[in-house]
Amino acid sequence: MATPLPEHETISRPPDGRPASEQPAWRRDFPIDSPQDQDVERRDFLKFLTLTSFAFVVGQFWIAGQSWRRRRAGLPDARRIASIADIAVGGSLVFEYPNPHDTSVLVRVAESEFVAFSQKCTHLSCAVIPKLDQGVFHCPCHEGVFDLRTGRVLAGPPPRPLPRVLIELRGSDIYATGVETRSV
Amino acid sequence: MKPDHLHFFIDPSRCIGCQACVQACSECDTHRGESMIHLDYIDRANSVQTVPVVCMHCDQPTCAEVCPADAIKRTEDGVVQSAREPRCIACGNCVVACPFGVPEIYEDRKLMMKCDMCYDRTSVGKKPMCATVCPSQALFYGTAEEISLLRPMSEPINRFQFGNQTITTRVFVMAPGQFVRLAPGLDVTAALETRPGADVFDHVEI
Repeated sequence: MATPLPEHETISRPPDGRPASEQPAWRRDFPIDSPQDQDVERRDFLKFLTLTSFAFVVGQFWIAGQSWRRRRAGLPDARRIASIADIAVGGSLVFEYPNPHDTSVLVRVAESEFVAFSQKCTHLSCAVIPKLDQGVFHCPCHEGVFDLRTGRVLAGPPPRPLPRVLIELRGSDIYATGVETRSV
Repeated sequence: MKPDHLHFFIDPSRCIGCQACVQACSECDTHRGESMIHLDYIDRANSVQTVPVVCMHCDQPTCAEVCPADAIKRTEDGVVQSAREPRCIACGNCVVACPFGVPEIYEDRKLMMKCDMCYDRTSVGKKPMCATVCPSQALFYGTAEEISLLRPMSEPINRFQFGNQTITTRVFVMAPGQFVRLAPGLDVTAALETRPGADVFDHVEI
Protein backbone atom coordinates (compact mmCIF):
# COMPACT_ATOMS: atom_id res chain seq x y z
CA MET A 1 0.00 0.00 0.00
CA ALA A 2 1.26 3.42 -0.95
CA THR A 3 2.11 5.77 1.87
CA PRO A 4 -0.36 8.64 2.20
CA LEU A 5 0.80 11.95 0.78
CA PRO A 6 1.58 14.87 3.10
CA GLU A 7 -1.16 17.46 3.33
CA HIS A 8 0.46 20.02 1.04
CA GLU A 9 0.89 17.48 -1.72
CA THR A 10 -2.63 16.19 -1.85
CA ILE A 11 -4.44 16.64 -5.11
CA SER A 12 -7.75 18.13 -4.09
CA ARG A 13 -9.88 16.78 -6.91
CA PRO A 14 -8.12 14.51 -9.40
CA PRO A 15 -9.93 14.69 -12.75
CA ASP A 16 -10.19 10.94 -13.27
CA GLY A 17 -11.58 10.41 -9.77
CA ARG A 18 -8.93 7.87 -8.75
CA PRO A 19 -7.27 8.30 -5.33
CA ALA A 20 -4.25 10.56 -4.99
CA SER A 21 -1.90 7.61 -4.53
CA GLU A 22 -2.77 6.31 -8.01
CA GLN A 23 -2.14 9.64 -9.73
CA PRO A 24 0.93 10.08 -11.94
CA ALA A 25 3.94 11.65 -10.22
CA TRP A 26 3.85 14.85 -12.29
CA ARG A 27 0.56 15.85 -10.66
CA ARG A 28 2.46 16.51 -7.44
CA ASP A 29 4.89 18.78 -9.25
CA PHE A 30 2.26 20.69 -11.22
CA PRO A 31 -0.76 21.03 -8.94
CA ILE A 32 -3.71 23.05 -10.16
CA ASP A 33 -4.53 24.58 -6.80
CA SER A 34 -2.62 27.71 -5.79
CA PRO A 35 -1.85 26.69 -2.17
CA GLN A 36 -0.08 23.52 -3.33
CA ASP A 37 1.55 25.34 -6.24
CA GLN A 38 3.04 28.01 -4.00
CA ASP A 39 4.09 25.65 -1.24
CA VAL A 40 7.85 25.16 -0.87
CA GLU A 41 8.74 22.37 1.50
CA ARG A 42 11.61 22.99 3.93
CA ARG A 43 13.29 19.82 2.69
CA ASP A 44 13.03 20.95 -0.96
CA PHE A 45 14.46 24.35 -0.10
CA LEU A 46 17.40 22.79 1.79
CA LYS A 47 17.98 20.41 -1.10
CA PHE A 48 18.17 23.39 -3.43
CA LEU A 49 20.56 25.24 -1.10
CA THR A 50 22.85 22.23 -0.70
CA LEU A 51 23.00 21.34 -4.38
CA THR A 52 23.58 24.96 -5.42
CA SER A 53 26.43 25.49 -2.96
CA PHE A 54 27.88 22.13 -4.00
CA ALA A 55 27.84 23.32 -7.60
CA PHE A 56 29.67 26.51 -6.54
CA VAL A 57 32.33 24.48 -4.71
CA VAL A 58 32.85 22.26 -7.75
CA GLY A 59 33.16 25.39 -9.87
CA GLN A 60 35.86 26.81 -7.59
CA PHE A 61 37.88 23.60 -7.81
CA TRP A 62 37.50 23.59 -11.57
CA ILE A 63 38.83 27.16 -11.80
CA ALA A 64 41.76 26.31 -9.51
CA GLY A 65 42.53 23.21 -11.61
CA GLN A 66 42.48 25.23 -14.79
CA SER A 67 44.95 27.83 -13.53
CA TRP A 68 47.19 25.10 -12.09
CA ARG A 69 47.21 23.35 -15.48
CA ARG A 70 47.99 26.60 -17.26
CA ARG A 71 50.86 27.39 -14.90
CA ARG A 72 52.26 23.90 -15.25
CA ALA A 73 52.26 24.16 -19.06
CA GLY A 74 54.87 26.96 -18.79
CA LEU A 75 55.86 29.24 -21.62
CA PRO A 76 55.38 28.10 -25.21
CA ASP A 77 58.47 27.40 -27.32
CA ALA A 78 60.37 30.33 -28.79
CA ARG A 79 59.80 30.80 -32.49
CA ARG A 80 61.24 33.07 -35.14
CA ILE A 81 58.64 35.52 -36.46
CA ALA A 82 60.49 37.67 -38.92
CA SER A 83 63.76 39.43 -39.49
CA ILE A 84 64.16 43.04 -38.40
CA ALA A 85 64.53 44.12 -42.01
CA ASP A 86 61.02 42.81 -42.84
CA ILE A 87 59.26 45.44 -40.82
CA ALA A 88 59.64 49.21 -41.18
CA VAL A 89 59.58 51.64 -38.26
CA GLY A 90 55.91 52.33 -37.58
CA GLY A 91 54.90 49.18 -39.41
CA SER A 92 53.12 46.13 -38.08
CA LEU A 93 53.00 42.44 -38.81
CA VAL A 94 50.35 39.85 -37.99
CA PHE A 95 51.62 36.41 -37.00
CA GLU A 96 50.25 33.29 -35.35
CA TYR A 97 51.72 32.51 -31.95
CA PRO A 98 51.84 30.30 -29.92
CA ASN A 99 49.30 28.13 -31.76
CA PRO A 100 47.85 28.43 -35.23
CA HIS A 101 44.80 30.74 -35.19
CA ASP A 102 46.17 32.64 -32.15
CA THR A 103 46.72 35.78 -34.15
CA SER A 104 49.10 38.28 -32.63
CA VAL A 105 50.35 41.57 -33.93
CA LEU A 106 53.92 42.86 -33.86
CA VAL A 107 54.50 46.61 -34.02
CA ARG A 108 57.84 48.36 -34.54
CA VAL A 109 57.27 51.41 -32.38
CA ALA A 110 60.76 52.86 -32.80
CA GLU A 111 64.06 51.92 -34.46
CA SER A 112 64.87 49.32 -31.85
CA GLU A 113 61.60 49.06 -29.93
CA PHE A 114 59.22 46.23 -30.74
CA VAL A 115 55.96 45.35 -29.01
CA ALA A 116 53.69 42.39 -29.67
CA PHE A 117 50.24 41.58 -28.32
CA SER A 118 47.54 39.08 -28.98
CA GLN A 119 45.22 40.58 -31.55
CA LYS A 120 42.13 39.18 -29.85
CA CYS A 121 40.23 41.90 -27.99
CA THR A 122 39.58 40.79 -24.41
CA HIS A 123 35.98 41.93 -24.69
CA LEU A 124 34.48 39.76 -27.43
CA SER A 125 37.52 38.59 -29.38
CA CYS A 126 37.35 40.99 -32.32
CA ALA A 127 40.69 41.78 -33.98
CA VAL A 128 42.29 44.95 -32.62
CA ILE A 129 43.96 47.36 -35.06
CA PRO A 130 47.23 49.14 -34.17
CA LYS A 131 47.05 52.94 -34.61
CA LEU A 132 50.55 54.19 -34.22
CA ASP A 133 49.76 57.89 -34.64
CA GLN A 134 47.39 57.74 -31.66
CA GLY A 135 49.56 55.26 -29.73
CA VAL A 136 46.69 52.79 -29.26
CA PHE A 137 45.19 49.52 -30.36
CA HIS A 138 41.63 50.18 -31.44
CA CYS A 139 38.88 47.59 -31.45
CA PRO A 140 36.21 48.70 -33.95
CA CYS A 141 33.50 46.36 -32.68
CA HIS A 142 32.67 48.18 -29.45
CA GLU A 143 35.16 51.03 -29.42
CA GLY A 144 37.65 49.36 -27.09
CA VAL A 145 40.99 51.14 -26.83
CA PHE A 146 44.29 49.66 -25.53
CA ASP A 147 47.62 51.36 -24.93
CA LEU A 148 50.05 50.53 -27.73
CA ARG A 149 53.13 50.06 -25.50
CA THR A 150 51.56 48.30 -22.48
CA GLY A 151 48.36 46.76 -23.86
CA ARG A 152 46.37 48.15 -20.95
CA VAL A 153 42.74 49.21 -21.41
CA LEU A 154 42.32 52.94 -21.98
CA ALA A 155 38.64 53.06 -22.92
CA GLY A 156 35.68 50.94 -23.78
CA PRO A 157 34.27 47.67 -22.55
CA PRO A 158 37.32 45.30 -22.52
CA PRO A 159 37.79 43.89 -18.99
CA ARG A 160 41.51 42.93 -19.21
CA PRO A 161 44.70 44.10 -20.96
CA LEU A 162 45.74 42.36 -24.15
CA PRO A 163 47.97 39.30 -23.54
CA ARG A 164 51.54 40.38 -24.22
CA VAL A 165 53.72 38.30 -26.53
CA LEU A 166 57.32 38.40 -25.26
CA ILE A 167 59.77 39.48 -27.92
CA GLU A 168 63.48 38.84 -28.14
CA LEU A 169 65.93 40.10 -30.72
CA ARG A 170 68.57 37.55 -31.74
CA GLY A 171 70.96 39.01 -34.24
CA SER A 172 68.86 40.23 -37.12
CA ASP A 173 65.85 38.05 -36.28
CA ILE A 174 62.83 38.64 -34.06
CA TYR A 175 61.77 35.77 -31.83
CA ALA A 176 58.57 35.30 -29.83
CA THR A 177 59.47 33.62 -26.56
CA GLY A 178 56.25 33.44 -24.62
CA VAL A 179 52.87 34.89 -23.76
CA GLU A 180 52.14 36.88 -20.64
CA THR A 181 48.46 36.97 -19.65
CA ARG A 182 47.53 39.70 -17.20
CA SER A 183 44.34 40.24 -15.32
CA VAL A 184 44.80 43.96 -14.63
CA MET B 1 -11.23 34.50 0.11
CA LYS B 2 -14.73 34.05 -1.29
CA PRO B 3 -17.31 33.49 1.46
CA ASP B 4 -18.54 29.91 1.35
CA HIS B 5 -22.23 30.70 1.68
CA LEU B 6 -22.38 32.95 -1.41
CA HIS B 7 -22.87 31.32 -4.80
CA PHE B 8 -23.30 32.37 -8.38
CA PHE B 9 -26.58 31.33 -10.05
CA ILE B 10 -27.20 31.71 -13.76
CA ASP B 11 -30.74 31.57 -15.06
CA PRO B 12 -30.39 31.74 -18.87
CA SER B 13 -34.15 31.71 -19.43
CA ARG B 14 -34.37 35.10 -17.72
CA CYS B 15 -31.70 36.71 -19.92
CA ILE B 16 -33.07 39.54 -22.06
CA GLY B 17 -29.82 40.23 -23.93
CA CYS B 18 -29.51 43.81 -22.69
CA GLN B 19 -25.68 43.69 -22.60
CA ALA B 20 -25.56 45.39 -19.19
CA CYS B 21 -23.38 42.57 -17.82
CA VAL B 22 -20.98 42.91 -20.76
CA GLN B 23 -20.50 46.59 -20.04
CA ALA B 24 -20.25 46.14 -16.29
CA CYS B 25 -17.72 43.34 -16.67
CA SER B 26 -15.29 45.61 -18.48
CA GLU B 27 -15.29 47.93 -15.46
CA CYS B 28 -13.97 45.25 -13.13
CA ASP B 29 -10.51 46.04 -11.77
CA THR B 30 -9.02 42.59 -12.31
CA HIS B 31 -9.31 42.90 -16.09
CA ARG B 32 -9.82 46.60 -16.60
CA GLY B 33 -11.27 47.61 -19.96
CA GLU B 34 -11.89 44.09 -21.21
CA SER B 35 -15.19 42.31 -20.91
CA MET B 36 -14.81 38.66 -19.97
CA ILE B 37 -18.46 37.75 -20.30
CA HIS B 38 -19.80 36.17 -23.47
CA LEU B 39 -23.39 37.01 -24.32
CA ASP B 40 -24.35 34.28 -26.78
CA TYR B 41 -27.35 33.83 -29.01
CA ILE B 42 -28.74 30.30 -28.82
CA ASP B 43 -30.46 29.97 -32.17
CA ARG B 44 -30.43 33.40 -33.66
CA ALA B 45 -32.40 32.56 -36.79
CA ASN B 46 -35.41 31.38 -34.82
CA SER B 47 -35.15 32.97 -31.40
CA VAL B 48 -34.11 36.08 -29.56
CA GLN B 49 -32.97 34.00 -26.60
CA THR B 50 -29.53 34.95 -25.32
CA VAL B 51 -27.42 33.38 -22.61
CA PRO B 52 -24.70 35.01 -20.53
CA VAL B 53 -21.65 32.76 -20.33
CA VAL B 54 -19.35 33.28 -17.36
CA CYS B 55 -16.64 30.93 -16.15
CA MET B 56 -18.27 27.98 -14.38
CA HIS B 57 -15.21 27.46 -12.11
CA CYS B 58 -15.07 23.68 -12.47
CA ASP B 59 -14.01 21.42 -9.64
CA GLN B 60 -11.69 19.74 -12.14
CA PRO B 61 -10.82 22.64 -14.44
CA THR B 62 -10.16 21.24 -17.91
CA CYS B 63 -8.38 24.46 -18.93
CA ALA B 64 -5.82 23.98 -16.17
CA GLU B 65 -5.52 20.26 -16.93
CA VAL B 66 -4.47 20.93 -20.53
CA CYS B 67 -2.24 23.96 -19.83
CA PRO B 68 1.31 22.99 -20.89
CA ALA B 69 2.81 26.03 -19.14
CA ASP B 70 1.22 25.35 -15.74
CA ALA B 71 -0.23 28.86 -15.92
CA ILE B 72 -3.85 28.36 -14.85
CA LYS B 73 -4.36 28.03 -11.11
CA ARG B 74 -7.34 27.76 -8.83
CA THR B 75 -7.38 29.59 -5.52
CA GLU B 76 -8.35 27.72 -2.38
CA ASP B 77 -11.92 29.02 -2.51
CA GLY B 78 -12.39 27.20 -5.83
CA VAL B 79 -12.11 30.19 -8.19
CA VAL B 80 -10.15 29.44 -11.35
CA GLN B 81 -8.05 32.48 -12.18
CA SER B 82 -6.89 33.91 -15.48
CA ALA B 83 -3.60 32.59 -16.79
CA ARG B 84 -0.56 33.84 -14.93
CA GLU B 85 1.10 36.42 -17.09
CA PRO B 86 4.73 35.26 -16.67
CA ARG B 87 3.80 31.66 -17.49
CA CYS B 88 1.15 31.88 -20.19
CA ILE B 89 2.47 31.16 -23.69
CA ALA B 90 -0.82 31.94 -25.44
CA CYS B 91 -0.97 28.48 -27.02
CA GLY B 92 -4.75 28.40 -26.86
CA ASN B 93 -5.05 24.86 -25.47
CA CYS B 94 -7.44 26.10 -22.80
CA VAL B 95 -9.61 27.83 -25.38
CA VAL B 96 -10.03 24.57 -27.27
CA ALA B 97 -10.43 22.42 -24.18
CA CYS B 98 -12.94 24.38 -22.09
CA PRO B 99 -16.33 22.70 -22.53
CA PHE B 100 -18.12 25.98 -21.83
CA GLY B 101 -16.01 28.05 -24.25
CA VAL B 102 -14.93 30.57 -21.63
CA PRO B 103 -11.19 31.33 -22.00
CA GLU B 104 -10.06 33.74 -24.66
CA ILE B 105 -6.61 34.46 -26.07
CA TYR B 106 -5.56 38.09 -26.35
CA GLU B 107 -3.05 37.95 -29.18
CA ASP B 108 -1.85 41.53 -28.66
CA ARG B 109 -0.53 40.71 -25.16
CA LYS B 110 -0.03 36.95 -25.72
CA LEU B 111 -2.17 36.08 -22.76
CA MET B 112 -5.25 34.05 -21.94
CA MET B 113 -7.81 35.98 -19.94
CA LYS B 114 -11.08 34.69 -18.59
CA CYS B 115 -13.81 35.44 -16.09
CA ASP B 116 -12.39 35.21 -12.58
CA MET B 117 -15.71 35.92 -10.86
CA CYS B 118 -14.43 39.49 -10.22
CA TYR B 119 -11.98 38.10 -7.70
CA ASP B 120 -11.15 41.49 -6.21
CA ARG B 121 -14.84 41.88 -5.34
CA THR B 122 -16.05 38.35 -4.49
CA SER B 123 -13.01 37.68 -2.31
CA VAL B 124 -14.19 40.46 0.00
CA GLY B 125 -17.83 39.40 -0.06
CA LYS B 126 -19.11 41.74 -2.79
CA LYS B 127 -21.10 40.64 -5.82
CA PRO B 128 -19.42 40.25 -9.21
CA MET B 129 -19.96 43.24 -11.49
CA CYS B 130 -22.34 41.42 -13.86
CA ALA B 131 -24.60 40.24 -11.03
CA THR B 132 -24.87 43.77 -9.64
CA VAL B 133 -26.26 45.17 -12.89
CA CYS B 134 -28.37 42.34 -14.34
CA PRO B 135 -31.91 43.82 -14.45
CA SER B 136 -33.67 40.46 -14.82
CA GLN B 137 -31.54 38.57 -12.31
CA ALA B 138 -30.41 36.10 -14.95
CA LEU B 139 -27.10 36.49 -13.16
CA PHE B 140 -27.64 36.23 -9.43
CA TYR B 141 -25.07 36.14 -6.66
CA GLY B 142 -26.25 35.23 -3.19
CA THR B 143 -27.16 32.43 -0.84
CA ALA B 144 -28.96 29.19 -1.70
CA GLU B 145 -31.87 30.25 0.52
CA GLU B 146 -32.33 33.49 -1.39
CA ILE B 147 -32.46 31.76 -4.76
CA SER B 148 -34.90 29.10 -3.56
CA LEU B 149 -37.25 31.87 -2.39
CA LEU B 150 -36.85 33.83 -5.62
CA ARG B 151 -37.19 30.80 -7.97
CA PRO B 152 -39.50 28.26 -6.32
CA MET B 153 -40.07 26.50 -9.66
CA SER B 154 -36.39 26.05 -10.46
CA GLU B 155 -33.57 24.07 -8.98
CA PRO B 156 -29.86 24.90 -9.18
CA ILE B 157 -27.70 22.29 -10.94
CA ASN B 158 -23.93 22.11 -11.16
CA ARG B 159 -23.39 18.71 -12.80
CA PHE B 160 -22.89 18.61 -16.52
CA GLN B 161 -22.23 15.68 -18.81
CA PHE B 162 -20.08 16.28 -21.89
CA GLY B 163 -19.77 12.89 -23.58
CA ASN B 164 -17.74 10.80 -21.15
CA GLN B 165 -16.67 13.79 -19.08
CA THR B 166 -18.69 14.69 -16.01
CA ILE B 167 -18.08 18.20 -14.76
CA THR B 168 -19.16 19.68 -11.47
CA THR B 169 -18.87 23.42 -11.13
CA ARG B 170 -18.82 26.16 -8.53
CA VAL B 171 -21.34 28.20 -10.52
CA PHE B 172 -24.94 26.97 -10.62
CA VAL B 173 -27.36 27.00 -13.52
CA MET B 174 -31.06 27.26 -12.76
CA ALA B 175 -33.13 24.53 -14.42
CA PRO B 176 -36.85 23.69 -14.24
CA GLY B 177 -37.42 21.80 -11.00
CA GLN B 178 -39.38 18.94 -12.54
CA PHE B 179 -36.48 18.06 -14.85
CA VAL B 180 -33.91 18.30 -12.11
CA ARG B 181 -35.93 15.89 -9.96
CA LEU B 182 -35.85 13.37 -12.85
CA ALA B 183 -32.11 13.65 -13.51
CA PRO B 184 -29.80 15.62 -11.22
CA GLY B 185 -27.33 16.62 -13.94
CA LEU B 186 -27.57 18.06 -17.42
CA ASP B 187 -26.41 15.96 -20.36
CA VAL B 188 -25.15 18.78 -22.55
CA THR B 189 -24.18 16.56 -25.47
CA ALA B 190 -27.64 15.05 -25.62
CA ALA B 191 -29.27 18.46 -25.23
CA LEU B 192 -27.32 19.76 -28.22
CA GLU B 193 -29.04 17.17 -30.39
CA THR B 194 -32.52 18.38 -29.51
CA ARG B 195 -34.39 21.57 -30.33
CA PRO B 196 -37.05 22.89 -27.96
CA GLY B 197 -40.51 22.14 -29.33
CA ALA B 198 -43.83 23.92 -28.86
CA ASP B 199 -44.31 22.23 -25.50
CA VAL B 200 -41.20 23.80 -23.97
CA PHE B 201 -43.15 26.08 -21.63
CA ASP B 202 -45.95 23.62 -20.81
CA HIS B 203 -44.59 23.08 -17.33
CA VAL B 204 -45.00 26.75 -16.44
CA GLU B 205 -48.19 27.40 -14.47
CA ILE B 206 -49.82 30.66 -15.48
